[in-house]
Amino acid sequence: MWRDAALVAGRDLRVELRSRVTANQVAPFSLLVLVLFAFALDPDRQLLERVASGLYWTAVLFAALLAIGRSASIDEPGGVRDSLRLSGLDPAGIFVGKAAAVAAVLLMLELLLAAGVIVLYGVDASGAPLLAVTCLAATVAVASTGTLYGALVSGLRVRETLLPLLLLPVLAPVLIGATRAFEAALAGVPADGWPWCGLLAGLAVLYSVAGALAYGTLLEGS
Amino acid sequence: MTATSTPGAPAGVAGGSSASAAAPGAGRGPGAAAAVPAHTGSRATRLLGALALAGVALLVLYGLVWSPADSEMADSVRLMYIHVPAASFLYVGCFLTTVASALWLRRRSPGWDALAGASAEIALVFAALVLGTGSLWGRPTWGTYWTWDARLTSTALLTALLMGYLALRRLDVDPAARSSRAAVLGLLLVPNVIVVNRSVEWWRSLHQGSTLKRLDPTIEGDMLVALMVGFLAIGLVFTWLLLHRFRVAWLEYRSERLDLDAAVTDRRAEAAREAHRGASPTDPAGPATSPGTPPTSTSGATPA
Repeated sequence: MWRDAALVAGRDLRVELRSRVTANQVAPFSLLVLVLFAFALDPDRQLLERVASGLYWTAVLFAALLAIGRSASIDEPGGVRDSLRLSGLDPAGIFVGKAAAVAAVLLMLELLLAAGVIVLYGVDASGAPLLAVTCLAATVAVASTGTLYGALVSGLRVRETLLPLLLLPVLAPVLIGATRAFEAALAGVPADGWPWCGLLAGLAVLYSVAGALAYGTLLEGS
Repeated sequence: MTATSTPGAPAGVAGGSSASAAAPGAGRGPGAAAAVPAHTGSRATRLLGALALAGVALLVLYGLVWSPADSEMADSVRLMYIHVPAASFLYVGCFLTTVASALWLRRRSPGWDALAGASAEIALVFAALVLGTGSLWGRPTWGTYWTWDARLTSTALLTALLMGYLALRRLDVDPAARSSRAAVLGLLLVPNVIVVNRSVEWWRSLHQGSTLKRLDPTIEGDMLVALMVGFLAIGLVFTWLLLHRFRVAWLEYRSERLDLDAAVTDRRAEAAREAHRGASPTDPAGPATSPGTPPTSTSGATPA
């Protein structure tokens, strides 16, 4: 399974590297979202700094929607999904591989957005361990949930419009947990943030397991 | 075979048994279309409907006339007799959807798929009812239609989850693919609801201490009776709606099958005609019901 996962992840990342859709479109878009938040809230540094965690994770979710849609659309043309189904690769491995590729892309985007938040909103990044662990757990949760729901809507004409409706309510707990953990870290009270990190880790495990189990059914029923 | 007799048994049982019965029915061809009635009632559901109507009438009397107004909340307490039972059956509907989805994944019989869809649809109606009555109640009691209370927020998210599930079901794709996707999504419904509920609860409890004052948990006398009548009436309405919605979904499934069967029968008849063409050139062209039929039969007939 892990070998299959590495193969699929390698393929997705290679496609990403060659097409540069994330670098050229999703990354600028996510920075644009940060700028738009500043327009919406007035460039009041204090206000922006106070709500930076929430804005950061909202921007991450928007970028994640695009990254997940992109990951699902790689498999659309030319019967790639049929090939995957017939390739003999373990469905759980395919799921883990696709989720890992999405997670790698998301981590890059999060680093970029973090730089953006520090520069644009004037946030002092304190409590680095908590921030890093939160990012990691939330990324795995978002990537696994997104890959699972991306498979649910793959091949449908209304894919782009249906995915956010399905995904965002499910990701609401991730947004809550990650925002609270970030707030705790930035406020200098990491002890408050670790339980939220636990929630994120739990969500990551839950949706990873659910996705690995369900992916075979989704692949065959498409 | 009439659809009224098919799911006449409790919905769940009917799903399993009639699914297997539908397969032999495939041989009936287009003629079976006439046998499917255009209504979903049966003697039992008509009785149930009458009971539900009577229950609602009783609830109106108890809720609006016979029960006293609350000392603190005055008349707005009467909304509780709809609100609380509707919320309970909202969760029953979600639970049924998940269970039916799990059973579909196990058995792959279309009845479970129909049940999952039917209960999710009714759950959404109840979610709207819960949010509507809740905000009407909140206005006089809390002074606002909406507050970021844990319960309200998670109910709103639950509504979004149900909408997403139903949106996925409504898509016009291959029924088998739709069923399996809907089943996976339905299976995740209750876990999602639990996760969302817990995390929202935790979020609110950390931020504003205790949530806003809930309804007084000790109710008694006529108010308790009214609430019980509410549970009974809303439960009857829920069951009645569920049975009918299930039957509509079942008929939809049957009609999809019938279209397919009709097409298959046409193709078979056409193949038989092709085979006999040499023997009888004046073969009457069959009714061109299947889209594939006309070009083939004309092209075959012209040289003859």
